Parts: sequence; C-alpha cells; structure tokens
Amino acid sequence: MSWFLVHFAQLVFYVMASCVIAGAVGVIAFRSPVHAALSLLASFLGVAGLFVLLEAEFLAAVQVLVYAGGVMVLFLFVIMLVKARAIPREPQYVNRLVPAAVGLGVVLALLLGAGMWASVTGAPADAAALQRVAGAQLGNTEAVGWSLYRDYLLPFEVVSIVLLVAMIGAIVLGRKEPGKEGRA
Amino acid sequence: MITTTHYLVLSLILFTLGVVGLMVRRNFITVLMCIELMLNAANLNFIAFSRQLGDLTGQVFAVFVITIAAAEAAIGLGIIVALVRLKQTTDLDRVNVMEG
Repeated sequence: MSWFLVHFAQLVFYVMASCVIAGAVGVIAFRSPVHAALSLLASFLGVAGLFVLLEAEFLAAVQVLVYAGGVMVLFLFVIMLVKARAIPREPQYVNRLVPAAVGLGVVLALLLGAGMWASVTGAPADAAALQRVAGAQLGNTEAVGWSLYRDYLLPFEVVSIVLLVAMIGAIVLGRKEPGKEGRA
Repeated sequence: MITTTHYLVLSLILFTLGVVGLMVRRNFITVLMCIELMLNAANLNFIAFSRQLGDLTGQVFAVFVITIAAAEAAIGLGIIVALVRLKQTTDLDRVNVMEG
C-alpha cells in the first residue's frame, strides 16, 4: 500500500503523458479532421491532468473549460460547417516535405533539449515559496487571482482587448459579403 | 520521483510533434490543431517552471497564453469559413493566389 502511495504521482504522470503524446500523434496521423479533433481533445485533457499534478488546479479547470469546452466545440462546428468535399481527400501527406519535417523536428528537439539542459540548473523553490503558490486560504485560484489582478493588471486588460479584437475579427470574417448573397 | 525535467521532455516531444504536424499536413483545420498543440507545450513549460521556482508568474502567463490561443482559434476558424466560401477548399496547397 505504501509503495502504491509513493509511486502514485509517477503512475499518474506516465498515464497522462502517454495520453498527451498519443493524442498529439493522433492529430498528425488521422486523416479525418473529426478524428483528429477528438484526438486533440484527449491531448488537452491529459495536459489538464498534468496541471493538477503540478498543483496548478485553477489552470487545469481553465484548460478543461476553454480548450476542451470552447476551442474544441469551435473546431467541431467548423468541421461540420465546411462541406465534406472541401476537405482534401487525397493522401494528406505531402511526401516531399516528410523528410524535411522529420529533420526539422529532430534539429528542433536537439536545440530545445540543449536549452532545457542549460536551464534546469536553478535550485528548486523552498517550502515558503511553494506555500505561496498553493495559496493561503482558498487555494491556488486565490493565489493566481491575486497575482493576476495586482501585479499583472495592465497585461490582463491588454489581453482582454486582444480578445475583443479577435471577436470582432471573427464576426467580420464570417459575415457574408454584401452583394454576394447566395454563394457560400 | 517526477522532476521538472520530466515535464520539460514531455513538452519538448509535444512541441516537436506540433511542428512536424504543421509541416506534414495540408488541411488548414489540422494545421490549426497543431498550433494548439504547440501552445499547450509552451503552457506545460510555463507551469513546470512555476512549480520549480515557486513563482506564480508562470501560471499567470499560462492564462494569457490560453487567452491568445482561444483568440487565435476563433480567427483561424473564421478564416477557414471565409476560405471555403471563396475557394470551396481547405487544402493549403490550393491556396496560392498571392503567388502571382
């Protein structure tokens, strides 16, 4: 029993990590966009589980609500909206690009790995700092809220304007052109 | 014991898969999904370092990244709808009007 408790976090990590990676591979490998979207959902949920494991519970909830709830529904809506024949039917791999893509992926992995190797030398946080991150009374959500509305108020407002611009842009893009009614 | 390095390696794999998918696929919808994968990898890094350093800034910036990702998805899907209306396809290889 104690062995189980000691290794529980590891077990959860590896289950979630394999979920994330299998989902990402599925996004690339599935030909049908609906299958790719559902595979992406598995990846998102795995990432949300990892956030819980990293004691970022607020972010995990946001991940499920915004990604699994909002973005995924948006994707599925557009896939349904787009006529099936508009989605390329042919084998979807651009063959001459596959070697280039794999080569770029390997180079990128090496570069990022080297960067991370150099960066994980800082000492881990002390108990007091971890306590601050966890939040004093109401948990992680309270702590993130304090930081967001006190230290990062201006970026927060800027991001809300970005959201407004995106909303207006999406409406403008999705609108039918006047005088071209009946196409679409 | 799961260390920060475990999370960094996972996020590295996720980001690389996103880049490979971006190059290999030619369906616009799938390409957008690959961009979401890459943003998720960045978020995972932010939060792993937030935990490692005991600093909330990483989590706050992950909130910003999620916001930008949502905005990007909305705009991208709006572009897809407009593209299908214009050319009746989401195949990126057939969207080459600006090549002259």
